Amino acid sequence: MIPLSSAEGTTTDALDDTVVERDEAREALLEQVSAELGDAVIGSYIRPGDALWVRVDRGAWRAAAEFAKGGLQCEFFDFLSAIDWLPSPFGRDMDSQEDIAVHGKEDKDAPVMQSGFAGGDTRFQVLARVGSVSRGHAVIFKTDVPDDDLVVDTWVPVYAGANWHEREVWEMFGLSFAGHPHLTHIYLPGDFEGHPLRKDYPLLARRVKPWPGIVDVEPMPGAGDDEGGDGE
Amino acid sequence: MTAISDREKLAYMAAQAADARINVELETEGMTLNIGPQHPATHGTLRIVAKLDGEQVVSCEPLCGYMHRGYEKLTEVRSYPQVTTLVNRIDWLGSFANEVPFILAAETLMGIEAPPRAQWIRTILFELSRIANISLFLGDLGLQLGAQTMGFYAFRDREYVLNQIEAVTGGRFHPNFDRIGGLKDDLPKGWIEETKRAVGKLRDFCDETDDLMMGNEIFQARTRGIGVIPADVGLAYGLTGANIRGSGVDWDLRRDNCPPGLVYDKIDWKVWTHPDGDSFARTWVRLQEVREAISIVEKLLDSVPSGPIMAKVPRIIKVPEGEAYVATENPLGEMGYYIVSKGDLVPFRVKIRSASFNNVSIVPWVARGAYVPDLITILASLYFILGDIDR
Repeated sequence: MIPLSSAEGTTTDALDDTVVERDEAREALLEQVSAELGDAVIGSYIRPGDALWVRVDRGAWRAAAEFAKGGLQCEFFDFLSAIDWLPSPFGRDMDSQEDIAVHGKEDKDAPVMQSGFAGGDTRFQVLARVGSVSRGHAVIFKTDVPDDDLVVDTWVPVYAGANWHEREVWEMFGLSFAGHPHLTHIYLPGDFEGHPLRKDYPLLARRVKPWPGIVDVEPMPGAGDDEGGDGE
Repeated sequence: MTAISDREKLAYMAAQAADARINVELETEGMTLNIGPQHPATHGTLRIVAKLDGEQVVSCEPLCGYMHRGYEKLTEVRSYPQVTTLVNRIDWLGSFANEVPFILAAETLMGIEAPPRAQWIRTILFELSRIANISLFLGDLGLQLGAQTMGFYAFRDREYVLNQIEAVTGGRFHPNFDRIGGLKDDLPKGWIEETKRAVGKLRDFCDETDDLMMGNEIFQARTRGIGVIPADVGLAYGLTGANIRGSGVDWDLRRDNCPPGLVYDKIDWKVWTHPDGDSFARTWVRLQEVREAISIVEKLLDSVPSGPIMAKVPRIIKVPEGEAYVATENPLGEMGYYIVSKGDLVPFRVKIRSASFNNVSIVPWVARGAYVPDLITILASLYFILGDIDR
């Protein structure tokens, strides 16, 4: 199991008990980004043979895009999204009743907020993936967005395709993009209240009625104890 | 006869008057045309608000969300095996292809790999989905440009492929067949031979399409030079699949970034591109892709290895902590899932990167200055599925 890296997350600390693989191409890429952005690179993570994560300072978010496009030839815009790292305040009751029956109730101590690869200090993180068709590499950029100022620079002048993605993030997470030309609702009706993909936004269907998985675990006749449902 | 000549005379006078008016530069008023949400050219419920000047589009804005189902939220309360049922409904014409990247992303996080036979069958079903999906595109494009016959042929011939998918998975549209670590079932007896016959019929369909549509003068007049997308613009908008290959970019995730779990690297095949970047180029690339997919299926069918179809997987699937992004080359373009796992039964967050969302976001750019009938061509040739935009 790979533990989620801490804020200073580096390449090696996650995989030290397995064979330490090297990924020279991605390490060279990371070096290029670090050389250009300097201190703005806060954290990074490489999964050998798979992907490179770079966490940059919020102030350098636009500069990261410009360097990716100009310096790394990442002309392809893949996607932009956000993550809300708040542990769900609704806990395991969002799970099916069957899961609770099989695995028992959750432990009561409040879960701590953790961040993923390349670390994180805030509840909200914006992430975006850009790639190079000519050179065949890709970078996943992340940046922290502090709770008291939910604004990031827009990427639209660099990657035109970020337009709709940023509108989606604005609507679903309530993060704002400074300089976006047309920040309006894209999926939801104009008078919709709340930001559905935030962890503290309840999934109403589950609040109204628990997931009916419990009916599946009624004991079979003659099966004896409560080892009824096997989840299939 | 006199009546006709009178009418001709009147038309001539009207044309003269119109020319005079243009030269005087009368003040004109723009018009807003609302296409959809219920319009045959919108494949569902995409609404397009176009501001017109005469017959030319000044600006246009696609409005989506009429079918938004909130899958990214729903995945957070579904266990991993349950998610495939949801994501089946994203691109409903090539459903099996939607499951694969999600399963592969979960396999990446868990560090398991399906046995070779499962990988082979997975790839075959993936390509069959592509054939079913794109052959319907070819028919649908014909329908929208006035070639009704193509629609009938496509619906008829697609059925051969759907029958084969149904024979394995039990579902024509929503197979829900891919599992973490393998597949639900093995192939039924005699399926390989039947599938060879079925894709053979699709090869005839491709030839018919070539004759009836691609070679048709009217079709060419309506698609050549319409909706030209230069490669750099397309890439900045995140266009993928045949849309970007139609602009001359030689990029295919099956060849260039094939995730483990699919076997495209085990056989020889070709990526087709077209330099023009117009609606015709995109259609042409798709037609070649169906042909290529047929030959991929035939080659894979000849070499299906024997063995188990399921790796050793715990009965209750808990995915270790971590993040992974896995994308595959789906019929519509790059489809990927960014999964954040916290080691639970359910994903912590799933970002669904669907191809049509990016592909349609270029419409305001490409439709500017186009004529209204060409707007239909552009939309049809960009080829989107509403479920793939709205998720």
